[in-house]
Amino acid sequence: MPIQYYIYLSLALFSIGIIGVLTRRNAIIVFMCIELMLNAVNLLLVAFSKMHHGTALATDAATTAGIDGQLFVFFIMVVAAAEVSVGLAIIVMMYRNIHSVDINFLNRLKN
Amino acid sequence: MSITQIMFFFLSALAVFSAIMVLVSRNPVHSVLWLIAVFFAISGHYILLNAQFLAIVNLIVYAGAIMVLFLFVIMLMNLNKESEPNKHIWMKMAGAISGGCFLMVMGSLVRQAADFQGKEALVGTGDIGLIKNLGRALFNNYVVPFEISSVLFLSAMVGAVVIGKKE
Repeated sequence: MPIQYYIYLSLALFSIGIIGVLTRRNAIIVFMCIELMLNAVNLLLVAFSKMHHGTALATDAATTAGIDGQLFVFFIMVVAAAEVSVGLAIIVMMYRNIHSVDINFLNRLKN
Repeated sequence: MSITQIMFFFLSALAVFSAIMVLVSRNPVHSVLWLIAVFFAISGHYILLNAQFLAIVNLIVYAGAIMVLFLFVIMLMNLNKESEPNKHIWMKMAGAISGGCFLMVMGSLVRQAADFQGKEALVGTGDIGLIKNLGRALFNNYVVPFEISSVLFLSAMVGAVVIGKKE
């Protein structure tokens, strides 16, 4: 499969995530769009790791080149899980204080 | 057209369509369900690329744990109704235009880049995505980041509890 196809797919998902962050006002949906962008990057990392592995296989049959990309995806998932737990706690606290998850209420630091 | 190509285009269409539905649905619960569909499509891509470990982890961690957490929060706040006030139409237009510009610029960049011409992602073969090889690399070369990530989890857990508890 040509690598460009994967890049285009990841770009489309990432752009949809950007548009969601810019246009929606619900804090939870904004957060979900950030997850979408993270997943687009993950898909691209895996595709590139397979591309690198394919080129390295031509010279050495037992190579593990490209395995770093997949481990990076693993660590991105680890960090994303931690980020989600803290972010959702912040959203819950925000809802408890202002009884809304509308991010336009947060455009000033005072009050 | 081979079966992998058909699967690739089907999964890509499913992923993009579900991602758009995440944006346009008014109900946050529907958005969560569409996002789970996106994660399933991305897991299908991982299986197609023979990254089996990541496919399973993506399903368990993202579709299983994180999205359930989102659903819990949405239902805890009783947000499962169309309560979001409409943003101004010009703001939506501006967001869509800037996202489209990003897509266009990056797409034309990728189309012209000489580095990507004729490169192929290995589909269906290659064994670097198997648990055996990934585990060997993880516990040989990446054991320090792996341990640090446990510290990160501990601090995230403490932070979530401290932020979330009632004072």
